[in-house]
Amino acid sequence: MLTTKLCGIRLENPAILASGILGVTASSLINAANNGAGAVTTKSISLEERKGHNNPVIVTFEAGMINAVGLSSPGIENGIEEVKEFKRRSKTPIIASIFASKTLDFGEAAKRISESKPDLIEVNISCPNVEAEFGKPFAADAKVAASVAEIVKNNTKTPVFVKLSPNVSNIKEIAKAVEEAGADGITAVNTAGPGMVIDIKAAKPILHNKMGGVSGNALRPIAVRCVYDIYETVKIPIIGTGGIMNGRDAIEMLMAGATAVGMGSAVYYRGIDVFKKVCSEIEEFMKENGYSNLKEITGRAHK
Amino acid sequence: MKLEQPIVLPIKKIVNEVSKIKTFIFDHKLDSKPGQFINLWIPGFDEKPFSISYQDDKRFAVTVACIGPFTDKICGLKEGDLVGIRGPYGNPFNLKGKNIVLVGGGCGCGPLAFLADEALKNKINVNFVIGARTKDALLFLERMKKSNIKTFVTTDDGSFGVKGFATDLLKDFLEKNHIAAVYSCGPEKMMKKVAEMCKDKKIYCELSLERYMKCGFGICGQCCMDDSGFRVCTDGPIIKGEEALNMKEFGNYRRDASGKKVKL
Ligand SMILES: Cc1cc2nc3c(=O)[nH]c(=O)nc-3n(C[C@H](O)[C@H](O)[C@H](O)COP(=O)(O)OP(=O)(O)OC[C@H]3O[C@@H](n4cnc5c(N)ncnc54)[C@H](O)[C@@H]3O)c2cc1C
Ligand SMILES: Cc1cc2nc3c(=O)[nH]c(=O)nc-3n(C[C@H](O)[C@H](O)[C@H](O)COP(=O)(O)O)c2cc1C
Ligand code: FES
Repeated sequence: MLTTKLCGIRLENPAILASGILGVTASSLINAANNGAGAVTTKSISLEERKGHNNPVIVTFEAGMINAVGLSSPGIENGIEEVKEFKRRSKTPIIASIFASKTLDFGEAAKRISESKPDLIEVNISCPNVEAEFGKPFAADAKVAASVAEIVKNNTKTPVFVKLSPNVSNIKEIAKAVEEAGADGITAVNTAGPGMVIDIKAAKPILHNKMGGVSGNALRPIAVRCVYDIYETVKIPIIGTGGIMNGRDAIEMLMAGATAVGMGSAVYYRGIDVFKKVCSEIEEFMKENGYSNLKEITGRAHK
Repeated sequence: MKLEQPIVLPIKKIVNEVSKIKTFIFDHKLDSKPGQFINLWIPGFDEKPFSISYQDDKRFAVTVACIGPFTDKICGLKEGDLVGIRGPYGNPFNLKGKNIVLVGGGCGCGPLAFLADEALKNKINVNFVIGARTKDALLFLERMKKSNIKTFVTTDDGSFGVKGFATDLLKDFLEKNHIAAVYSCGPEKMMKKVAEMCKDKKIYCELSLERYMKCGFGICGQCCMDDSGFRVCTDGPIIKGEEALNMKEFGNYRRDASGKKVKL
């Protein structure tokens, strides 16, 4: 009832572990798969090794969380090892997320990570909290986003998803450009903002990076609208991500046009078995409302 | 509602324990259990995990060994300075039986001292084995004496107590006394030996793991152990000895801030 397909890859269910959550090691990704994730995404991997920002890197607030982990990465060699290790030990599809600071490096990262044979590659061009280092995210400009999609496509045979930012005035334009450049799918969205939480007693921003990307409940209505907009514009599949906490939220995202849903912050609010929980909630809804497969739900809000 | 934001507190009192180890006491009711930790935040600088080493109805304390940039910064703080705390985080020790042994190495004695206090309240007989490199690094001798806890000391160089490792003394205990459970915190190589000895003798054993932490509440994935993906921050830091021995990472390697493996 819950199976779905992304570019020919079969997923047992549509609940995908989003990038950056419990995604540092193969063992941790397998733990998420064993807790019901239909696919898992690695934390974004770069060519070179990076430590990320000092702590604190995550803080919650009443409607979600903000994070500035700062794209820590073990470097491509170690990343390849973790993906290979995952493939040795699990049959669940794995999405390798990559990022880079230069367009050319995206191509090199895609080429290298393909050696580990991930099922999909996700290109993170939308991290909002390393602006000082990387300049404005690549996702802010349709031409730049398209050039990254193109170079990645030229360097791998693995299907490529491009992960977009909600912090743009016209996400349709960017989605279109990325599709035309050859992307096989779109992940929408990365965190919004950046936002800031200040401790009033210390009189200091709590995150060491001062600001960070907003995820969780506060992001959901924005993410749903982005997916809705993108679905109207492109034909390629969408992984809808942002603030999904339960089956109801997942159905909403599917109805906006997603083929599968990414979940990150929910792991904090409902535990690592949130994937199992959400899947049974989706199934319950489908039974109660006479749906027999996810295809009937995807894009339903447009009809 | 769950909310991971710091509580900012002034440092009430600082105790110089031994060279390069200090205890920081806060006037704050924490409601933690032995083995749990807090994330200690120096606003604008960094935040890192520390076990609770003392707690009563009004106060709690952490004991810090100055070994690097962050801990040096903490050890330079003065009474009255403000720091933030988040937590308590992690799972606590579970007390079993009426006669137990604690095996501590270095500042690993912090959470064990708190556990010893708790055990006494529950009328459990506590034997505390403290290992240190030299006499100058011995922690909590006075504190244990005051609370009438039987303390046994080993130093690597023989400058105090028995010359050798804490695990040498543990061997005697496991052979001669009726020990219900062993609890250990300290260098991982030491804990591995403790766990192996207890497994041999079929004695219940718990350890406190240490891994690089970012969030501390189970979402970033930085602290996860191979092969199971055990999250040290939320599934641990306390773990059964046998379970630790089944992890290929335990006693062999850990991961640094980037996620790269580093040999122990
Ligand atoms: C659950 C737990 C409880 C701890 N309890 C205590 C305690 O009671 N007293 C005490 O003195 N120390 C404790 N530590 C260790 C303490 O967090 C580190 O010593 C401290 O972070 C070192 O930081 P530094 O900048 O001074 O040194 P660095 O030179 O940066 O690091 C020295 C060592 O500490 C480790 N370390 C550095 N940053 C972190 C981090 N964010 N998380 C985990 N390990 C880190 C490094 O891997 C390295 O092995 C605990 C660690 C954990 C995981
Ligand atoms: C702690 C944390 C780390 C993240 N790291 C990454 C990352 O490395 N790469 C990436 O593409 N997205 C990253 N994200 C964004 C998430 O993948 C996701 O797009 C976003 O959090 C919205 O989903 P959510 O509301 O379900 O968390 C991170 C999010 C969080 C909370
Ligand atoms: S420190 Fe983040 S998951 Fe454990």
